[in-house]
Amino acid sequence: MFTPHTEADRKAMLEIIGAESVEDLFQDVPSSHRFPKLNLPPALTEMEAMVELQDISLANESARDLACFLGAGAYNHYSPAVVDAIIRRGEFLTAYTPYQPEVSQGTLQSIFEYQSLVANLTGMDVSNASHYDGATATAEALIMAYSNFRGKRTRVVFSPAVHPHYRATARTYTQGYDDLEITGDGPDADLDAGPEALLPLIDTTTCLVMVQYPDFFGRIYDYTQLIQHAHSVGALVAVAVNPTALGLLRTPGEMGADVVVGEGQPLGIPLMYGGPYLGLFATRKDLVRKIAGRLVGETLDNRGNKAYVLTLTAREQHIRRERATSNICTNVALIALASTVYMTSLGKQGMRQVAELCYHKAHYAAQKIDAIPGYSLCTDVPFFHEFMVCCPRPVSEINNHLLEHGILGGYDLGADYPQLSNHMLVAFTEMNTREEIDALCEALEEVSHV
Amino acid sequence: MSEPTIYDLSSPGRKGIRFPEPDVPRAELPEGFVRKDLPMPELGELDVVRHFTNLSHLNYSIDGGYYPLGSCTMKYNPKINEETARFTGFAATHPFQPIETVQGNLALMFQLGEWLKEITGFAGVTLQPAAGAQGELVGVLIMRAYHFSREDCKRTRVLIPDSAHGTNPATSAMSGLEVVPIPSDSRGNIDLEALKTACDDTLAGLMLTNPNTLGLFDENLLEVIETVHAAGGLVYGDGANLNALLGVARPGDLGFDLMHINLHKTFSTPHGGGGPGSGPVCVASHLIDYLPDPVVSIIETGDDELPPLYGFVKPAKTIGRIKGFHGHFGMHVRAYTYIAMHGAEGLRDIAESAVLNANYLLACLRDTYPLPYDRTCMHEFVLEGRWPGVPDVHALDIAKRLMDYNFHPPTNYFPLIVHEALMIEPTETESKQTLDEFAHALKKIAEEAHHQPELLKEAPHKTPVGRLDEVKAARDLVLCCWLPED
Repeated sequence: MFTPHTEADRKAMLEIIGAESVEDLFQDVPSSHRFPKLNLPPALTEMEAMVELQDISLANESARDLACFLGAGAYNHYSPAVVDAIIRRGEFLTAYTPYQPEVSQGTLQSIFEYQSLVANLTGMDVSNASHYDGATATAEALIMAYSNFRGKRTRVVFSPAVHPHYRATARTYTQGYDDLEITGDGPDADLDAGPEALLPLIDTTTCLVMVQYPDFFGRIYDYTQLIQHAHSVGALVAVAVNPTALGLLRTPGEMGADVVVGEGQPLGIPLMYGGPYLGLFATRKDLVRKIAGRLVGETLDNRGNKAYVLTLTAREQHIRRERATSNICTNVALIALASTVYMTSLGKQGMRQVAELCYHKAHYAAQKIDAIPGYSLCTDVPFFHEFMVCCPRPVSEINNHLLEHGILGGYDLGADYPQLSNHMLVAFTEMNTREEIDALCEALEEVSHV
Repeated sequence: MSEPTIYDLSSPGRKGIRFPEPDVPRAELPEGFVRKDLPMPELGELDVVRHFTNLSHLNYSIDGGYYPLGSCTMKYNPKINEETARFTGFAATHPFQPIETVQGNLALMFQLGEWLKEITGFAGVTLQPAAGAQGELVGVLIMRAYHFSREDCKRTRVLIPDSAHGTNPATSAMSGLEVVPIPSDSRGNIDLEALKTACDDTLAGLMLTNPNTLGLFDENLLEVIETVHAAGGLVYGDGANLNALLGVARPGDLGFDLMHINLHKTFSTPHGGGGPGSGPVCVASHLIDYLPDPVVSIIETGDDELPPLYGFVKPAKTIGRIKGFHGHFGMHVRAYTYIAMHGAEGLRDIAESAVLNANYLLACLRDTYPLPYDRTCMHEFVLEGRWPGVPDVHALDIAKRLMDYNFHPPTNYFPLIVHEALMIEPTETESKQTLDEFAHALKKIAEEAHHQPELLKEAPHKTPVGRLDEVKAARDLVLCCWLPED
């Protein structure tokens, strides 16, 4: 199969080694535990494996079988054919981390271009080469801010409208930081309040204020004043973004953000049941030495050619070991490449067009849903492509009914926010046709009085 | 030779893809929120394809050549993996779908977890971690949570051998624990006396890579583990080198309490130029309650007629969620495919062939390159890239010269305990012919080092670019480019 040796090869090799048998090479393994019998099913051939995996996949219903209105941090977008064609190339797919730049310029230049696109899209100065996903990028922003103040500022103010997984992950990451306190997103937080509700929580002990744009409920707020206030007491502000929205909306950079993180999945990455996705992380130039993760910089080679290389590596774990602020090593380079091809393919016009399509479809749907008896939009704050709907019945019951009509309904907010039982978060992308949206509204109306 | 950037290639007005016009009325755009400018490049589809194809030609890859990178397990990545992971039924499922609609995904994750437990000899598993380093973070947080939940809060020291990967100390520090380095002895094992001295009632645990980064199986492993356990500590296994142990020994049986697995090393998912990886963590029964939230489980048992219902369960004393959603599911599909195609015998063949290849290459090269630890190795070994007669030639020069022979260099300057280290991991998927050619190249380079050292000092000569000015990169710090000003 994937091991090429013939019996003759094996014999010749053992002779050179000076061993009788392959088993002899394992003498250092305690004999009491050597060569256990593993209880695994018999090996499949490629042909059989293809069938078995196809069968497993067919036990799912996918967003191709159903009309998908589920978002909440992962979105059903169209990815141009070129994206997958490029990332399947063995030269990208089967390369290692570009530690040897002379034979890795393809990966290095593509990361440099990725960093450029992310900086341009977010309105920031620099981007790193990626984190695992939006949740871990958020956690890394927290750790960076905490480390930046060397323990002198120990409070983080989290908007309660930051994605629940991002907040949970940030807590998991920082459980060893005894003096770090995360506030602002407790069970009594007012979810209707805008960013001004965070102002009283920010003081000279705050290292970071963390908000989302559009927020978890799809709302868009101008964070300029919040950021100004945070800066006036010396705190940093990080904004988690949806990159699709930034094809249309003003950038967090323009609002003064110190750090922009986000989930890059909407940039042409398949839903893939939640991963691998793409952690965006961009910042201001003066903070670049504080950030975690890989960075690619431009330089020259000894022949005078422009070339690219991993730089500022002294920040990273393989050099700094226990003094590094993050242990990240492997990131999601291939997914970053996919997003680079996606953004390049769409370009200036396509990025704007997709954002507008999402926006228009969501607003068409919002108007229609709000008009159905029993349902209402819960807010008059501007939103992008996702919004909260107050429903007449438990969301799980509604979703069961929608599923019968071939519709994947929205996210049940009650699980994360007890005060939002009977609230559904619905998302719209360029993939949703008007017919699908009309069918959703019809089914919602039906189920309201079943 | 150089390829322009996408910003250089941009022409205002060019489109790479069209999207349909809206089929709904246009809504008014939100006042005060619309960005004035979107400074992104504009390329046609063929421009995009050519650009990235040209870039790909500047890369070395497993598909193109031999990649003997120590501790990275650059084995062949089967093409079937790329097919199965793209089946629509997997690729187009949303992470928040009702569990009834994703029983295929959940069954696959559950079964993969069962197999990983069987292969490693553990009782519980999480597939959530995104990479090896994140698996380590999960592991160390579990160790910490275990001691703290027993109100044994003084256990804050983690012992880490001096041969360990940098992620081990970084992870421990990130988890709020103190790092205590433990030296290796002259045979490349953990120094047992030093270990015993360091074991007291402040010990949280030991992070142990076995086989270690010298490619050696610790000859005192059982005693090492007993020593740590006797002091009340836990033993964490860094699974970076699990490839050598498939069907050979189960870390759980050997006494490890928990370990992470790199699906992108041992189980053939591609490295992708630096990720995505996947770093499942397996734990012994006393640590199951601490696994990240949630774990995939059977929530309703099946019978002859009905399959079981799979779902998510929150472990009782969980350390919490470690990332968004459910982990790198696309990598789970690839690893599942790989294990299904091997079975027990196939897995053992992987380890045996990997170890055979490493010992064969070692035998071919031992008379040419200094060998600091002269033992039968496992899946990899470490040579010194230096000779007494040619003090100016370094491991780096040998590595760069290998590129002219169209080989990827081995890992160099790691592990830190070997001077001018060249760390070579052949992997099981390489043939004797390839190993012979590689050994031949290294022997030629050794000759060149003695007679024409400038060939090494100036290498590589045949690559798309020569050695890079890293100082300039760090000083100028050009980290992105922009569209040219009008």
